[in-house]
Amino acid sequence: MSGITVCLREVSKSYGSLAAVKGVSLELREGERVALVGHNGAGKSTLIKMMLGLIGASAGTVSVLGKDPSRRAAVETRSKVGYLPEHVALQPSMTGEELMAFYARLKHQPVSANQEILKRTGIAYAAHRRIATYSKGMRQRLALAQALIGNPRVLLLDEPTTGLDPALRQTFYTIVQELSVNGATVLLSSHALTELETQTDRVVVMNQGRKVADGTLAELRQQAQQPVRIKVTVDSDQVTFFPRIAGAGLEWRRVSERTFELCCRENEKITALKQVAGTSLPVSDIEIIDPTLDDIYAHFLYREAAE
Amino acid sequence: MRAAAIIAGKEIRDGLRNRWVIATTLLMTALALTLTLLGSAPAGTVGASPLEATVVGLSSLTIFLVPLIALLISYDAISGEFERGTMALLLSYPVSRSAVVAGKFLGATAILAVATVAGYGAGGAALALGTEAAEPEAWGAFVVMILSSIGLGMVFIALGYVASASVRDPRTAGGIAIGIWLLFALIYDMALLGLLAADQGKVMTSEVLNVLLIANPTDVYRLLNFTGFSELSQFAGMAGLAKQVYFSTPVLAAVLAAWIVIPLAWAAFLFSRREV
Repeated sequence: MSGITVCLREVSKSYGSLAAVKGVSLELREGERVALVGHNGAGKSTLIKMMLGLIGASAGTVSVLGKDPSRRAAVETRSKVGYLPEHVALQPSMTGEELMAFYARLKHQPVSANQEILKRTGIAYAAHRRIATYSKGMRQRLALAQALIGNPRVLLLDEPTTGLDPALRQTFYTIVQELSVNGATVLLSSHALTELETQTDRVVVMNQGRKVADGTLAELRQQAQQPVRIKVTVDSDQVTFFPRIAGAGLEWRRVSERTFELCCRENEKITALKQVAGTSLPVSDIEIIDPTLDDIYAHFLYREAAE
Repeated sequence: MRAAAIIAGKEIRDGLRNRWVIATTLLMTALALTLTLLGSAPAGTVGASPLEATVVGLSSLTIFLVPLIALLISYDAISGEFERGTMALLLSYPVSRSAVVAGKFLGATAILAVATVAGYGAGGAALALGTEAAEPEAWGAFVVMILSSIGLGMVFIALGYVASASVRDPRTAGGIAIGIWLLFALIYDMALLGLLAADQGKVMTSEVLNVLLIANPTDVYRLLNFTGFSELSQFAGMAGLAKQVYFSTPVLAAVLAAWIVIPLAWAAFLFSRREV
């Protein structure tokens, strides 16, 4: 069990006849940054709320830091869990400082440590002001600050980067990086894979309550088998020779006067490039278009829909 | 219950900030002073001391006002936090749900207690300054009135939490709270009087009546304040009733306590089952 912080086994959750989560098994380890990706309503928030013990599972077992979070006995383990809700709601009549002091006391943490956290999330300058006067970005910074109280070992961030400005996103990923280096498990949910960029070690894709993919980005790329496109531009006087010389077994299409395009599998990419390089044709440009994160994401969603 | 104390502290601070504390204190002070000053004038003609008249007047007022204030403080406490989304975050902290209810209850009680003690205390002080020394027994009644008023407030705070924990929408909870107030402060007693008049003592024996009276917390409060002292009950309009009431003050206090504990436990139970 060492190293595993969050463990879900065959977890389901239904609301009446509506099944929000269906038989999801998932293990998260220390120091891992995991992206939980899916459409709105795919079951991401439900999954996170079950990890927090806010709702109980209809079937299966949930374990966070070795305890079932929906049990009374798990109340104290929550002091090692940080949570950033999807819809950030903070008491508007309080100042940032007061809010942080309140939450720090609940987590048995010294209030004096808050100043450091507020600095880290870049909201210290407004800490004495009422939250009602904050902009959306400032609220998000404060909400992140409360999640960081007490150096959590598990951080659950529900759509943290939706609608953030680039500066804040940068701060955000820097902090996530630091935390995971220190051994914390960070779970970030998002409705678009592209938002998370390369900031995660592992990606879990959810669709209609099911886990449809789980692995590193490279693994998912491999599984998805989305075509790679290679575009080659050659000098005009050599155009007619290109398909014959570079074409051994590969279907180059002429897309414009001097440009040829090849759609191939991931594992054919190198072969194709070697052939082009081996031709000694005067190639003026080679462009390789890997499938985008959205292409990969779409692959897993449509595969599920097709079944 | 460290967490409950932290939450109670926050509730009190919220109450100070949104002017609940100051508003209720001023309202109760104003009413207490008005009743004290006006109420002491006609007292001489019926032979009651001004303090006794004030206790009767303030008690009658409390039956309507304190439950209303208590319900206004409490109906939003749980459903409102769910609706605003602050409850999910609070419950992700190392706090048990019973500690949340206990903390909120302690905070709301403190707000109400401050308003009651300050408001009615001001009335009592005005009386002590303005008139000749009253009977010690009358001062006892005054203290009982303040304590039982806080108790009555706690009953309705707990009932407000039941309303708040049982529905999703705070507006619905507000509607239920108004219903609770109308039922216990007005309708129940009117229906009881109607029954007594129609029945002519056939089914409604004094035993049945006693049970029916303690089934309404505002009547428990009435019995505590109007019949516990012989002089008071004579001009409180409840004298006839008092002869047939067997309950002693400690028993009535225990009944009022049960009216606090049972709804509060019920609210905590409803809250514990609720999904965020």
